[in-house]
Amino acid sequence: MTDLPNSLRSGPDERGHFGQFGGRYVAETLMPLILDLERHYRAAQADPAFKAEFDYLLKHYVGRPSPLWFAERLTEHLGGAKIYLKREDLNHTGAHKINNCIGQILLAKRMGKTKIIAETGAGQHGVATATVAALFGLPCTIFMGAVDVARQQPNVFRMKLLGAEVVAVESGAKTLKDAMNEALRHWVANVHDTFYIIGTVAGPHPYPELVRDFQSVIGDEAREQILEAEGRLPDMLIAPVGGGSNAIGLFHPFLDDADVEIVGVEAAGEGLDKKHAASLAGGRPGILHGNKTYLLQDEDGQITEAHSISAGLDYPGIGPEHSWLHEIGRVRYEPVTDDEALASFQKLTKLEGIIPALESAHAIAAAERIAPTLGKDKIIIVNCSGRGDKDIFTVADALGVEL
Amino acid sequence: MTRFAASFAKPHPALVAFITAGDGDTAANLDALVAGGADVIELGMPFTDPMADGPAIQAANLRSLAKGTTTADIFAIASAFRQRHPETPLVLMGYANPMTIRGSDWFAAECAKAGVDGVICVDIPSEEDAELGPSLRAAGVDLIRLATPTTDPARLPAVLDGAGGFLYYVSVAGITGQQQAAQASIDEAVARLKAATDLPVAVGFGVRTPEQAAPIAKVADGVVVGSAFIDIIAQHGDAAAPYVETFTRSLADAIHGAKEIAA
Repeated sequence: MTDLPNSLRSGPDERGHFGQFGGRYVAETLMPLILDLERHYRAAQADPAFKAEFDYLLKHYVGRPSPLWFAERLTEHLGGAKIYLKREDLNHTGAHKINNCIGQILLAKRMGKTKIIAETGAGQHGVATATVAALFGLPCTIFMGAVDVARQQPNVFRMKLLGAEVVAVESGAKTLKDAMNEALRHWVANVHDTFYIIGTVAGPHPYPELVRDFQSVIGDEAREQILEAEGRLPDMLIAPVGGGSNAIGLFHPFLDDADVEIVGVEAAGEGLDKKHAASLAGGRPGILHGNKTYLLQDEDGQITEAHSISAGLDYPGIGPEHSWLHEIGRVRYEPVTDDEALASFQKLTKLEGIIPALESAHAIAAAERIAPTLGKDKIIIVNCSGRGDKDIFTVADALGVEL
Repeated sequence: MTRFAASFAKPHPALVAFITAGDGDTAANLDALVAGGADVIELGMPFTDPMADGPAIQAANLRSLAKGTTTADIFAIASAFRQRHPETPLVLMGYANPMTIRGSDWFAAECAKAGVDGVICVDIPSEEDAELGPSLRAAGVDLIRLATPTTDPARLPAVLDGAGGFLYYVSVAGITGQQQAAQASIDEAVARLKAATDLPVAVGFGVRTPEQAAPIAKVADGVVVGSAFIDIIAQHGDAAAPYVETFTRSLADAIHGAKEIAA
C-alpha cells in the first residue's frame, strides 16, 4: 500500500471506508472478530514470510504468472485497437478466484482457525475454497443457494470430491445473496474456530481491502507483461464486474496512471429496463452484507433479485471500492446484456480457441464494442477472468442445443 | 420520566416481546401482547435479507413482505398503537438498509412522530454509529445497543457510548430462535454489564418458554422473547391474537414473579 496523499490507491481509510462506501455494518457478535481479522492482516502484511509463502503457492500451485496473450485474430477481426487477454482462465481451478483463496487460507492458518466456510454462486469460489481447504487439510463447508445447487451440479460434485460439505440454502431466493446470508448466520454462531473466506471484494472491512490486495497480482503481472511486450502501458483495461474481485485486481495497480482508461463491465441481463444485475447502472447506495455500496433495491430499501446468464455476476450489489471509483469517475462502468455476452462467448471460442467464462465474455463484448472505435496503435487489456467449461450447459441451453 | 424508565421502574422484571410488523393481524397481536402483560414491545421491520435471524423470523419477514408491507405501513401500525396504548414503550427493530434508505434524519423524525421510543439496528455497530445514532438522539429516540458474548471488556465502553433505553444482551453468539445460553453464562454476563452501565439490561436470543424465562428474570431487568411468538402467529395466521395473549400471560407471570420466588 502506498501512502502518497494524492494516490487513488491509498484507500480504504482506517475505518474501512472508500469515500462514503465500505465500512463495517455487521452485528455486534461479529465486530470483535472483524477487528481481530484486521489486526492479523496488518501483521501478515508486515511479515515477509507471509508474502513469501503466498508467492510460492501462487507460482507452484496456482501456476502463476498467467500469460498475457495477444489476441491477434480477434484484433484483426475487430479492426481497431490491439487486444491482449490476461489469461486468469489458465490458473489452477480455472479462474482468478484461487488467488484470493490462497491468501485467505494463509490468514486463517495464522489466526489458528480450524474450520473454513464460504459462500458460492456458480460454484467457482466454492471450488477454489474447497481446493485450498483440501491442500491445507481443513474441514470446509460451502453455502450455496438451492437453485444454484440444482443448476451447477458439476461444481457441486467437484466440491464434494475435494472433501467439502455443500449446504443447499433454502431461504430467500435461494441464490448467491441468500448463500451469503446463511454463511454469515453460520459464522456468527461459530466465530471461535471458523474462518469465513469471502469470495469477492465485498463484505465488512477489511475484506474488500484484503481480497483486492490478494487479487492485485493480476494487475501487477499485466503491467510488467505489457511493458515487456509493447514497451509501454496500455490505453485501456476492461474487466467484468459482479462483486468485482477480478476487476479490482487488474485495475488497482493502474489507478494512478491517468492515461490508462479503465472500463468495468456490469451484467445487464435481459436489459436495464428488465431483469439485470447492474448495481451501478440500475441501483443506488445502501447497506447490505457488511458494507455500504450500490445495491439493487426498491424505494423502501428492500433488496431486489438480480439476474444474469452468468451466475458469477448474478448479485444485487458490487464491491464498495467500485462504487467509489464510479462516483469519482476514475472507472467507467458499462452494461453488457446476456445476448451480447453469449455472442462474444462463441466469437472468442472460434477466433482464439479460448472458451471464456460467461463472466469474462461480458468483458469481451465490451471490447468488441470499443476496440473498433480506437486506432490500431491503441492497446487494450481484457481480463479473461475464467474459463468457460463450467458454462457449456448454460450456453447450450440458451442456444437451444440439447446435450 | 420516559416510557422506558417507567416500564423498568416497575417492581418486577420486564417482559420484552417481539413480533414482526405485517405478519398476521399485527394490530390485534400488539393489543394481545399488552393485554397479556408485556412491558416493552419490539416491532420487527421486515427485510429481504435478515442475516441475524433464524428460520422462524426469516419466514415472518418473507410472509410480511409477500403481503406487501411497506415502511409507511409500519409507521402507521406504530402510530395507531401509540394512540391505543399511551404507556407501553415501543421499539422498532430491524436492519440498516430500510432504516437509512431515505436518510437517517427522515427515519428518526418518523419514529418521533409515530411515538416510537427506541430503535434496535442489528447491523450498525458502534463503529458505524454516525449512520443512524446522531439523528435518533437529536429526535429524542433512544438507540438501543446490543452486547454479546463476544463483546469484550475493552469494547464495552464504546458499545455503551450513545446507548439509550435499555441494553439488549444477546445471550448466545448466533442467530435468533436457536439454542439457549447456559444460565451461568447469563448470570455472569448480566452482572458484568450492570456493573458497567445504569441502563436496564434485557436478555434475549433462544428464550422460548416461561420455564426458560424465569431464571433469567431473577438476574436481569428484562427478558426478550421473539421466535416463540412468531411460531404462534405462523400457526394461527390472522386469528392468532387470543393465543398470543394466553402465551404472553404465561411468560409475564413467570417473569414478573421471578424475583419474588427468589426472595
